[in-house]
Formats: sequence, structure tokens, C-alpha cells
Amino acid sequence: MGVVDWVNKAIRRIPVWLIYAGLMVPAGWDFWRAINGQLGVDPVKALEHSYGLWALWLLIAGLLVTPLRRFAGLNLLRLRRSIGLMAFFYVVAHLMVWAILDVQQLSAIVADILKRPYITIGMVGFALLVPLAVTSNDWSVRRMGRSWRRLHKLVYPAAVLGGVHYVMLVKGWQQEPLIYLAAIFAILGLRALPKARATPSRQPA
Amino acid sequence: GGVGSVQAAGSDDLEPNDWDEITQYCNYYEFGTSKTDPARNAHTLTTKPWSIKIDGMVDKPGTYDLAELTQSMTTERRLYRFRCVEAWSMVVPWDGFELADLLNMVGVKSGAKYVAFETVLRPEEMPGVSRRVLNWPYREGLRLDEAMHPLTIMATGIYGKPMPNQNGAPIRLVVPWKYGFKSIKSIVRITLTDKQPFASWNDANPREYGFYSNVNPTVDHPRWSQASERRIGGSLLARKIPTQMFNGYEAEVASLYKGMDLKANF
Repeated sequence: MGVVDWVNKAIRRIPVWLIYAGLMVPAGWDFWRAINGQLGVDPVKALEHSYGLWALWLLIAGLLVTPLRRFAGLNLLRLRRSIGLMAFFYVVAHLMVWAILDVQQLSAIVADILKRPYITIGMVGFALLVPLAVTSNDWSVRRMGRSWRRLHKLVYPAAVLGGVHYVMLVKGWQQEPLIYLAAIFAILGLRALPKARATPSRQPA
Repeated sequence: GGVGSVQAAGSDDLEPNDWDEITQYCNYYEFGTSKTDPARNAHTLTTKPWSIKIDGMVDKPGTYDLAELTQSMTTERRLYRFRCVEAWSMVVPWDGFELADLLNMVGVKSGAKYVAFETVLRPEEMPGVSRRVLNWPYREGLRLDEAMHPLTIMATGIYGKPMPNQNGAPIRLVVPWKYGFKSIKSIVRITLTDKQPFASWNDANPREYGFYSNVNPTVDHPRWSQASERRIGGSLLARKIPTQMFNGYEAEVASLYKGMDLKANF
């Protein structure tokens, strides 16, 4: 038995609730540190940034599930819903910190969404994820059939918008956000690679 | 002259930020783009000996040793608001001398209209400059009357201690009514000129960072509002505070810009 099989077997033993619980820990831990003055001298920005980064990481992790299966034989499919929902959870947390703790004023929140392109882009990304979060349950999968798969392709533009949002909000062309955006494009690019045929192609006689 | 009154007018009921806040939260991209990078990386900067080349339209151009230069200047405490273009702010007790004293010492030739400043560039000591986030070396400039204003200082310390490397050791500019990036750090060259000098952020994105960059709550940054600011050191639930015109130094500096359209010359 190869390493891949061994890892796949280990993955099958991970209870899904552990993914939810484990990924909730950084959110709680950072919030706790922020209220206790342990997240630096600008806790609002630090918390906003932390939640935004987790959202981006988990979106990327969710996008990696298919290529990991196809190119490395790793099967994380049964964990994908929990990863995706936790990505959405961090997007919402990021948005809440921004609106309530950072901007603080409803009129300014609306003005920012309309006037500031990077915020508009971030909000569009969030809006695209809402129907995905709402339909991330067995009932919707059964009910929607083939259109469920089509709908959930919205995660591609949402991830790109998230990456662009990060590149645009920093001062100057900084390396870290550009790396995430490049990674997102690279993962999406993998999907364009031609699929290897399952059966040997017929040779002319 | 009139320093005492200037200081009093600018520092009513100001509570200074503490040492850790001021020295652990810095923008100094030569040492990295995150706020905590400079405090972590800037220890590599050699600040002794240090000299400043003063050239261009001056009577006494030359390379001035910083230790000698500082001795001939009157250093005093200035408690100033410090407003970053990113909409956060601090209150910093700088120790420094007036830039005007230095310029008077070297003698500004008639016809000079601007002062250009340059930060040291040492790739072997500055890990951040391997990436071209900005067109290094960092450069900034002031109009001559701004440079000669009694509020404009060359700071060599904070809280009576020598300037920490991450805050721009050994000597930096402080122009309290402008966004923080105008207050250039670790200065090695000052040039008097009759042309508007190159300014790094202005060069990187002229739409977002004007040459003047006076603190102005009515002129938004294209990507965020400048109407209010977050005072560093507040709790997670602290209210934002309204940003003041010219960062609260309107009475002292508004006359410099009389008749100018501050929306066009942002």
C-alpha cells in the first residue's frame, strides 16, 4: 500500500465536526487576543486582516481539493463542504469586523461599498458566496441535481475577486497578496489541462 | 522664534502614545511592508557614524557629520499628532531641532524654492529594498516655506531616547500637518532646488499621493475616507476620532496655502 492510500485512509477517519471545530479555533483565539490587547497596538486592523487571510486560505484550500485528487490521488472530497463553509464563515467575520469595529458608521459603510473599488470587489465576492453557503447541504444537492454543480462554479470568480481585493487594498505592489492571486489563477488553470483518457485510445488498424 | 507658543497651540490635551506603540507599529518599507517588520528587521542598520550631504542651492554645501551638526542645534521636545495616510494616528513626543535652523546655518541661496530629502539606501542592511515596492532610495520634498516653518523639525529621538532604527534613526523629518509618509526617515541627503522634487509615493501613484499630502478630512484617499482616524493604542471597541484640518495645526499653517485649491493640490 502506497503513501497515498495510507493518507487517504487517514483522511477517511477524520470526523467532519473536527474540521468545523478546529477551524473555529483561530477565529476565537484571535478575538480573545484582540480584546486582551495581545494582537498588537491596532487590534481592529489585525483582526480584520487575520479573518480576511483565513478566508482566502480556506477558499484556496477548497479549490485545491479537485486538483489534489486528480494529480496526487488524495481524496479530500468529504471534507470540502466543511472547508467551504468555514471559508464563508471567515468572510462573514471579516466583513463584520470591517463594518462594525472598523468603519463603525452605516452611511460610511454604504459609501465605501459604492465608492471604493476594492471594497466593491470584496462585496461582490461575498455576494457570490452567499448562494453557495445556503446550498451547502445534502438536501440542496439532491434537490438541485446538475444545476448544483453549475452554481458552485461561482467559487472560481469569488476566489479571484478575493485575491484581487487583497492586492488592491495594500499600498504599492506587495508580494504576499500577489502570491495568493497567482496561486488562485494557477489552481484554476489546472482545470483547463486536458483530462487523461481512462481507456487507451484506439489505434488505427 | 515663537516656538513656545507654537508648541502650546499644537499640543493641547494631547496624550502621548507609549514607547511600545510608537516603536512596534511602523511603516518603513525598506525593512518590510508589514507594520511589525521594521521593529524586527531594522536592527541591522548602522547609524554611527552618520553624515548628511547638503547640496544644491546653498552657500555652504558639504557633508556634515551628524554628531557635530546636532551639537550646534537646539534640541527640544515636541509633542505632535502623527497622522498616517492609512487613517491611523498616534501622538509622539519627538526630540529634535527646527529644520529652519539647519537651513539657516548652511545658507539658502535666493532662487531656491524646494527642499529635497533622501533616505539611506543599503541593500545589505535593508531586506525590504530587494523588492521594488517603491523606486528606491526613498525620497521626499517640501516647499521651502513649509521647510522653514517652525513646526517642521528634524527629529533625533523619542521620549528623550535616541531615535530607534525602525522609526528612522538617526535623524528624520517630522512635518506634523502632513501625512506621515512625508516625514522621511534616516536622511542622508538634503538638496535645495528650484524645481519640485521627486517624491517616492507621489511617483508610485500620483492619483493617490499628492506632492503636498496635507492632512485634510475633506479630501478622501481614492480607496478610503480621510474624514476620521483610528488612534493607535485604543481597544477593539474604541470609537474613531474625527480627523482635523491640517491635523489640528490649521492656525499655524493654513496661511502657507492661502489661495490654493487644496482639492487639486492634495
